[in-house]
Amino acid sequence: MSPVQQTFLAANEASEHRPLIITLFAVFVVATLFITVWAGRQTKDAADFYAGGRQFSAFQNGLAVSGDYMSAASFLGIAGAIAIFGYDGFLYSIGFLVAWLVALLLVAEPLRNSGRYTMGDVLAYRMRQRPVRTAAGTSTIVVSIFYLLAQMAGAGVLVSLLLGITSDAGKILIVALVGVLMIVYVTIGGMKGTTWVQMVKAVLLIGGTLLITFLVLLKFDFNISDLLGSAAEKSGKGAAFLEPGLQYGATGTTKLDFISLGIALVLGTAGLPHILIRFYTVPNAKAARKSVNWAIGIIGAFYLMTIALGFGAAALISQEEIIESNPSGNTAAPLLALHIGGVDSAWGAILLATISAVAFATILAVVAGLTLASSSSFAHDIYANVIRKGQATEKEEMRAARWATVFIGIVSIALGALARDLNVAGLVALAFAVAASANLPTILYSLFWKRFTTQGALWSIYGGLVVAVGLVLFSPVVSGDPKAMFPDVDFAWFPLKNPGIISIPFGFLMGWLGTVLSKERPDAGKYAELEVRSLTGTGAH
Amino acid sequence: MATDAPPPSQEQRALPTTEEFTEVQQSAEFGELRRAFRSFAFPLTIAFVAWYLLYVLLSNYAGGFMGHKLFGNINVALVFGLAQFLTTFLIAWWYSRHAAAKLDPKAEAIKSRMEGGA
Repeated sequence: MSPVQQTFLAANEASEHRPLIITLFAVFVVATLFITVWAGRQTKDAADFYAGGRQFSAFQNGLAVSGDYMSAASFLGIAGAIAIFGYDGFLYSIGFLVAWLVALLLVAEPLRNSGRYTMGDVLAYRMRQRPVRTAAGTSTIVVSIFYLLAQMAGAGVLVSLLLGITSDAGKILIVALVGVLMIVYVTIGGMKGTTWVQMVKAVLLIGGTLLITFLVLLKFDFNISDLLGSAAEKSGKGAAFLEPGLQYGATGTTKLDFISLGIALVLGTAGLPHILIRFYTVPNAKAARKSVNWAIGIIGAFYLMTIALGFGAAALISQEEIIESNPSGNTAAPLLALHIGGVDSAWGAILLATISAVAFATILAVVAGLTLASSSSFAHDIYANVIRKGQATEKEEMRAARWATVFIGIVSIALGALARDLNVAGLVALAFAVAASANLPTILYSLFWKRFTTQGALWSIYGGLVVAVGLVLFSPVVSGDPKAMFPDVDFAWFPLKNPGIISIPFGFLMGWLGTVLSKERPDAGKYAELEVRSLTGTGAH
Repeated sequence: MATDAPPPSQEQRALPTTEEFTEVQQSAEFGELRRAFRSFAFPLTIAFVAWYLLYVLLSNYAGGFMGHKLFGNINVALVFGLAQFLTTFLIAWWYSRHAAAKLDPKAEAIKSRMEGGA
């Protein structure tokens, strides 16, 4: 039987159980809408809308951070990358986890102590408010939209697998559904609703992954060496499948790309606005630290299981079928669920439905977090502090946030259709590169470098942002490659898929250069305030 | 939606003045807190980033070493990757222990004095 027929069968098998799949999706959607309405009733002021009232416990927030962070990239993308490229896909798991140490050691607590609602609060603290907040808002929205793109691609992939639809209409329909749901979650539930949705999702994702991991290991009598051996054999690549280099080892350029990706992953997390604003939902910096520790534990456990998901898929499903179903492997995890239960059995279809519902929940919770981060930043940084110069009432600010949510929802629905054949982990890595280039240098300089000035902040944000996004635009991700967003044209002159190796040092360099070339002197009094506040929590909101 | 009549926010605490902040910033007590934080967090950050980059570079340029099989199909690359997980957990635990013992008491003392006096 050809792989195409097999996948078709798989889809048919799934479609026989389509009522079950739709029921599971619907149960999740109804449950989360219920939570959202309940949370919306308790959302009274701006601190509720932006920061969930700051009353979540460290464990609750740790769970929500995990739910915010483990996106379609982690679940669908990494499993797919490992299933196709073997060991090279595992770099994502390691980079995504180690990156948390930067957040833990340098960013989470000072941010919680000195900011209020957004990343821009900290960046603009000792600078001229309007230009720096405009820059912070811009980079927040750009990073979040890159990230949203990846989630939307994941959503399109799921529906094509589940409903066996090869036409674009079905994919666009599900992308639109995701967009509408995220608008509803955020406009009604605010940060409280979003946090609860993320907690529920984290539990579902960990549960679903544990189940599949257990079933995969059971099949190999809990012998990991056997699992790896079967994966290597079935992949047709032998021992090389278990070693670094299959995806990135070909030439000097691809090796550079690997380093670039590695750097972007480890430095990106601490600059992701949708992650940073989660630290405002706990009462103080100590709770922020504890929530990072919970998150490291939960996320670490999950990434360990990606070994079983990715190599399990490679061991049990033929390469042709994985690639036929999605060229970047994004459907490897749901396919694994189907195969481990039995392609022709009801049990297989049930597992497929369950894992797909988990993936759907994963996507919804992450897009809600991203939308909240970007609409908060628009309302609080750009609308309230730049357009209205601090004269807007809380009510007006929250109204602006809700409108921004609707707008961002529509933009991401429109962009979602463009990116569906790219590996979602690779797409998210771009968001990481932009965050590490534009946000991280500015955050670190702001907190720790006395001499840093407004000009330095602007140069590092815009410099990092423009170079990172510009290099992506002229990279094989966008054009000149069969898997690119625009495969039919070629304006790619930058050879690397990830810009981090150039754009991150550039962001740091521009921050330094902008500062030493400034004519204005830094505000020493404001730095004293920021430094004392960030380390002690004096006057923290 | 219930957006009317927000309750008086408890977030409007009076901040100490800039002069008070500057005075504290230059005090020996705050200097100690800053040193205790920076001398721990900065070198450790450089160390774990270097350790991670070593892993990335070895993956790229030391294929033979990384592909060396240790037992069964478990090779050096997998063990190295798992070691990154282990060190991440250990560093998180180590920092939290340091913060609880060396940073929190100093920070608390300064905060309560500044807010009490404000």
